[in-house]
Amino acid sequence: MLLYLIRRLLTAIPTLFVIVTISFFLIRVAPGGPFNQERGLSPEIKANLEAQFGLNDPLWLQYWHYLKNLLHGNFGPSYNLPDFTVTELFREGLPISIQLGASALVLALLVGGTLGIIAALNQNRAADYAVIATATAGSTIPTFVIAPIIQLVFALSWKLLPVGGWGDGALLNKIGPVLTLALPQMAIVARLMRGSMIESLRSHHIRTARAMGLSDWSVVVKHALRGALLPIISYAGPAAAALLTGSIIVETIFAIPGVGRYFVQAALNRDYTLVMGTVVVIAIFTIIFNLIVDLLYAVVDPRVRYD
Amino acid sequence: MIHTLLRSTIFATSLVLAGGALMSPAFAEVVYNRGSAAEPETVDPHKTSTVYEAHVLRDLFEGLVMQDAKAGLIPGAAESWTISDDGKTYTFKLRADAVWSDGSPVTADDFVYSFRRLEDPATGAEYASMLYPIVNAEEVNTSKAKPEEMGVKAVDPHTLEITLKAPTPYFLEMLTHQAAYPVNKASIDKDGADWIKPGKLVSNGAFTLTEWVPNDHLKMVKNPKFHDAANVKIDVINFIPTEDRSSAMKRYEAGELDSYDDLPTEQLADLKAKFGDQIRVAPYLGTYYYAIKTDKAPWDNVELRNAISEAIDRDFLAEKVWNNSMFPGYSMVPPGIEGYKSAMAKFADKSQIDREDEAKAVLEKLGYTPEKPLKMEIRYNTSENHKNTAVAIQEQLKPLGIEVTLLNTDTKTHYAHLEQKGDFDVARAGWIADYQDPETFLGISRKASGNNYSNYDSPKFEELMDKAAAAGGNPEERFKLLGEAERVLIDDVGQIPLLYYSFHNIVSPKLTGFDDNVMDVHPTRFISKAE
Repeated sequence: MLLYLIRRLLTAIPTLFVIVTISFFLIRVAPGGPFNQERGLSPEIKANLEAQFGLNDPLWLQYWHYLKNLLHGNFGPSYNLPDFTVTELFREGLPISIQLGASALVLALLVGGTLGIIAALNQNRAADYAVIATATAGSTIPTFVIAPIIQLVFALSWKLLPVGGWGDGALLNKIGPVLTLALPQMAIVARLMRGSMIESLRSHHIRTARAMGLSDWSVVVKHALRGALLPIISYAGPAAAALLTGSIIVETIFAIPGVGRYFVQAALNRDYTLVMGTVVVIAIFTIIFNLIVDLLYAVVDPRVRYD
Repeated sequence: MIHTLLRSTIFATSLVLAGGALMSPAFAEVVYNRGSAAEPETVDPHKTSTVYEAHVLRDLFEGLVMQDAKAGLIPGAAESWTISDDGKTYTFKLRADAVWSDGSPVTADDFVYSFRRLEDPATGAEYASMLYPIVNAEEVNTSKAKPEEMGVKAVDPHTLEITLKAPTPYFLEMLTHQAAYPVNKASIDKDGADWIKPGKLVSNGAFTLTEWVPNDHLKMVKNPKFHDAANVKIDVINFIPTEDRSSAMKRYEAGELDSYDDLPTEQLADLKAKFGDQIRVAPYLGTYYYAIKTDKAPWDNVELRNAISEAIDRDFLAEKVWNNSMFPGYSMVPPGIEGYKSAMAKFADKSQIDREDEAKAVLEKLGYTPEKPLKMEIRYNTSENHKNTAVAIQEQLKPLGIEVTLLNTDTKTHYAHLEQKGDFDVARAGWIADYQDPETFLGISRKASGNNYSNYDSPKFEELMDKAAAAGGNPEERFKLLGEAERVLIDDVGQIPLLYYSFHNIVSPKLTGFDDNVMDVHPTRFISKAE
């Protein structure tokens, strides 16, 4: 198991290297640079700026510098927010995105999972239809519709929540964004859970368990659920990586200072170093969560072994 | 005994504390939550490029001269100044009570240091050109002269002498720009690149920076050492970027924001109905125009360019596309600069029907009809409103026999293409005044300007612009010459002005001193807030 873990972590290094290299050159292919704007700069002033950030060096040299700095954990300065380094921006924003994303994920798994189990146990009955209908609606309504509705209802009409802002992490400020992030995931998890639970309930070992006279609770929670969890785990891994690295829509509408919006803002601003920072962070999260998924498989499914 | 004493002491203390707590509302902090459509990029005055920094820096720093609540020029760190007879030497007398937030005095040397730093190529200042009128400033910025050779000198700690290359009547206006604010040498020497961090930043304005969480808020608190602190009514400013305009309206409605500097213009009519005079829309010094390649056939034909410009229904654009958040524009210099009369396109007063007929006749004469159309491409940068504007113009030009195709790219691609003199027919552009003078709008059509995307090149225009620059000592004559230059530019259709910008603010009735002005500047030191 430990050997497997080490091997997986070692293979992550070349993967990251390839991602960094491709992204570094791809973003440079995009026309325009960080200093093209409505109010055009004179060539001399632009040259001063480019010299300041080393953008006048040949591209291969810039790449070499970037790799060297990256190995020292230095992501470089942001071009568009020159008062901050990319590392500082992530230090401020990433914990916020992770808090919101993790809360949304837990909420989605708990509520979505429970709803899915209820639906599966009541297959083709009222409760089942209710869950399916809600889940279908939940997964089809986009977040940019849900978010303003939450603002209108909970903040403006009922005055229970603030409309937006982080409020230094006050609980009330988190409810809207977490709900918006969680609802679509909840719907997906509920549907996945329902499907896999129905399948699991039909399998031979469950029939055996029932035949042996085990209680309903024991059959469902101890035996059927375990088998039904696998699809949820494989879905939750990548979903977690995406949720924890922030959402541009939720962060923009609720004015949350997370890192989700940097991915789009930085690309539009040609803020090369910030783009690279977001790419690396998302890549690391994706690699880690895929690894966690594989490890969880071994925990949940006795047939999977990493020796 | 001791117990009793202790008990009574506790009792007395709690009484005093409770009394204090009861009294405190009278001294409650006045907090102004100022919404902004975007994040400021930096708090280093020498690295700024957007108006969002200007809004913040105006509160943190004080230049030699400043703007009041109506954008009028007022003394800042300088209490008075004299201008030599030849208009080239400015002598500023600094106020004796001007101090930095760390208590040290603001001296003439601070300005010498700051102006040199702005021009130092190593600073990489986007707005270095703001002080180019100073002797050798441009040379320093382009590494052709040493910083010490700049025409800025501390005569004594409270006297600053600035020498210009030529009389520049708008120089004082330029000095109100944030790029001309002083920075504190001691703190830059001490903290290096970190000097701009909240808590460390030493500034000389009415407020000091205490927090900055990017994309969340900047917190600024009243600077008790500011020379006019007695008249500053706001204790805390929370500068709150809220990118999503619809969310911002809800935050305003919920009382989370006291003002916001943009509006979702597509909802303008509804917003006006709902918020009444809290919605402020009025002219702002900016022009929305189309650049047209004047040196490329067939656009090198003035008659054709004029016909295209004439056929565009600007009233429709302003009312239907922009919901009256912009105004129809017929000149490059928008109205609103005192003493200057903009040169309007000659067809401006004609009815739209007459204009279309005239334009149609020109196109027919040149051999273009709806059956045999002229092909024209409009490039624009990503924005719903830019797209709708281009689509409307596409429809308006169709009956004339012009087949318009549209090409949308993101902002960086768009301006990179224009700056690199890439090929195009017509391209969307805009210009916002950096200072209140026609020069800023006319300069962009000069042959040598990097912003002259149209490649407009008219010896007559150049000559008049040169003459106007030479007439710097005589403001009236200068405005007259600039007006003549604009007349040439407009008659040549060197650019196609379409709309004048307006500012759009929503301002709580609790605020006083947030006055409308063409520069859309609102220094917080003149604002007060009622509870």
